[in-house]
Amino acid sequence: MAGEKTLWISGQLAEKIRAHGAETYPHESCGALLGRDSEATDDNSAREVLALFPLVNRRDDSPRNRFSVTAEDVLDADRAAQKQGLEVIGWYHSHPDHPARPSQYDQDHAWPWYSYVIVSVQNGSPQEMTSWRLNDDRHAFSPEGIKIRHTATV
Amino acid sequence: MPVKVIIPTPLRVYAGKRASAEFNAGTVGEALKHLTTEYADLRKHLFTEDGRLRSFVNVYVNDEDIRYLAKENTATKDGDTISIIPSIAGGCCPL
Ligand SMILES: [Zn+2]
Repeated sequence: MAGEKTLWISGQLAEKIRAHGAETYPHESCGALLGRDSEATDDNSAREVLALFPLVNRRDDSPRNRFSVTAEDVLDADRAAQKQGLEVIGWYHSHPDHPARPSQYDQDHAWPWYSYVIVSVQNGSPQEMTSWRLNDDRHAFSPEGIKIRHTATV
Repeated sequence: MPVKVIIPTPLRVYAGKRASAEFNAGTVGEALKHLTTEYADLRKHLFTEDGRLRSFVNVYVNDEDIRYLAKENTATKDGDTISIIPSIAGGCCPL
């Protein structure tokens, strides 16, 4: 039985995703998750976010409930990741005044494998943050646990 | 005339974990058809049920977006590289 997948992230980066959602409220924020995913180890700690690449929401027409990132932005995110020896392992966006659950629209515009992190922002303040992976059949997302990596302080 | 198709990381699991594949194809459409025939599990992540490229899936020949060329009828020549790049989109609720 395949267990629930896990996305590791530092407390600092998790806070940055939440802060970005608050900053763009009432509009949606979005960005790329850069990190590592080792398929070799089927250990649950295989996927970790190590940097963020915040993006500008290109949807001027309905920025409150849509976000859109162009292919050019995706290539920029890829290049930024490569420079740091990382890869794009997923994407984050905010849901202003809505729960941190993927919408049908999210599902129609997703690929499997990527982690999709959603942060709910209520009245300008970030609330629940969740992560999701699209199923192979494209019919639903499965939740992915977010675990905060507490790095040793010097 | 072999053209090379780069398989994006998220979809490699449906293509025998390959990073790229080569096919003899005269157009982008033909190359994608070969790709999704050889790796049938890739198909639904690139195409809708009625066989159109999904709106968030962008295809480039070398560095050019086929939307600004002849779309899937864009001719390919020996040594061309086809890339598949998603645009990322989402939202919280119906418009
Ligand atoms: Zn969403």
